[in-house]
Amino acid sequence: MSATETYNKLVPEPTPHSAPYWEGLNEHKLLLQRCRSCGRMRHYPQPMCPVCHSMEVEWIESSGRGAVHSWTVTHHPFHPGFRDDLPYTLATVDLAEGVRMNAQLRGTRLEDLRIGLPVRVAFETVKEGLTLPYLVPG
Amino acid sequence: MSMREKAAITGVGETAYSRESGRSVVSLQLEASLRAIEDAGLRPSDIDGVIPYGSAVVAEELVTNFGIGDLRFSATTPLGGASCVAAVQCATAAITAGICNHVLIPVGRNGASQGRIGARVQQMPQFRLVGEFEMPLGAIAPAQLYAPMARRHMELYGTTSRQFGEIAVSTRANAILNGNAIMTKPISIEDHQVSRMISDPLRLLDCSLESDGACAIVVSGIERARGLRRTPVMVMGIAEGHPDSPSVITQRPDITRLGLAKAAARAFDMAGVTHADIDVAEIYDCFTYIVLCQLEDLGFCKKGEGGPFVESGAIRLGGKLPVNTHGGLLSQAHMVGMNHITELVRQLRGEAGKAQVAGAEVGLVTGYGDMGDGSVAIMRRG
Repeated sequence: MSATETYNKLVPEPTPHSAPYWEGLNEHKLLLQRCRSCGRMRHYPQPMCPVCHSMEVEWIESSGRGAVHSWTVTHHPFHPGFRDDLPYTLATVDLAEGVRMNAQLRGTRLEDLRIGLPVRVAFETVKEGLTLPYLVPG
Repeated sequence: MSMREKAAITGVGETAYSRESGRSVVSLQLEASLRAIEDAGLRPSDIDGVIPYGSAVVAEELVTNFGIGDLRFSATTPLGGASCVAAVQCATAAITAGICNHVLIPVGRNGASQGRIGARVQQMPQFRLVGEFEMPLGAIAPAQLYAPMARRHMELYGTTSRQFGEIAVSTRANAILNGNAIMTKPISIEDHQVSRMISDPLRLLDCSLESDGACAIVVSGIERARGLRRTPVMVMGIAEGHPDSPSVITQRPDITRLGLAKAAARAFDMAGVTHADIDVAEIYDCFTYIVLCQLEDLGFCKKGEGGPFVESGAIRLGGKLPVNTHGGLLSQAHMVGMNHITELVRQLRGEAGKAQVAGAEVGLVTGYGDMGDGSVAIMRRG
């Protein structure tokens, strides 16, 4: 049995508005929406710009650089698919592009975690057709 | 047209709370509802408005079981744990508009013996963005989604886990006085500090219960309320508030500010009272930190001062603002905050037993739900 068949974590269900984001991850790119009309960056993907209400959008590749805004370290097995990962750190990160992302932060000790800690995005293909972002210090 | 004192809570009812009811959710809700209707001195056929919670029991089932002949109003208020107080606002609006006279608002669940929260949230439409972008990364349950709010508060303001513990300890002490609380063993700050970590900084004793049971209220128009069996508890001010970035906490500009912060001033203005007038407060307590944050967002202390505020003993019975005198979601039962409304009504009627706040005339109750929705009502003895 291949690893693909045993993947038991939650999987995303992309929508027409988010499909480019997920396709970008498969190419190891973190893509963010930018309003074609007013230039406002937004994340997570949504159909309309909340400022100018344009639905015209372009996709910008993020630098993948950011700083920790907050975090949690999960110890409780809320889902069987993540039991083997425990404990794991989930970080909320301010990306250089002005939006935030949330992902697992790896390679840090609890005592290293602080607001402003510089991090960068990395990618891992967890099953066929699904690549997820994670964060590492640096 | 102001809704101030246009409606009152005229009846409250609860089932026994447990971890395994052995009964259907609809039967639990019918029992609590019948008690609330009888408490008001009404008959089920007098009910002409209903606001069910979620989809576990729908308006049609309430009509069918109670034999309601002419239901004039039904709605739902999908704000998660802020739904119950928001439903009182909805009922008050419908009554003020002349649509109906007596609105039944039931909640009930087998939260312990059947669907647990981690599984429930995955099905909820208001969690859709979290479901697509965060749950696949392992951020699934409310404890994980809310913990970064608490962590940032700690980092910015020096708030401590022991201060969260004070909320857990105080709430448990109140539950012990209640008589219908699931958790009745005293706990100390040290017990809180050694309880197992769920999602840092939230420990087990920072988290609310999963419970079985039901709780219901009747909201009536003020003229009719005055002629009923019980002293009416008047809705003086009421509001709901939705946070910035309501679907995901991650994108919220200030993750230490809840939707309640927008609603609080509206409710106080409508009620025409100040914070010093509040004799007792029932504050939605899915997690200890959420209580602390709401005390700030309500204006009982400044942003960042919630830790010292609770540590001072202010929220204990006998303190300057007794909070969650029934034991809350942390220690009585998780009835989505309807039990907070019920407790406020009992306090203002002077029927809160060993947890009665002497001379309580004006009180406040909040709801908090989903990704930060808030609701607040200020009430007085009529």
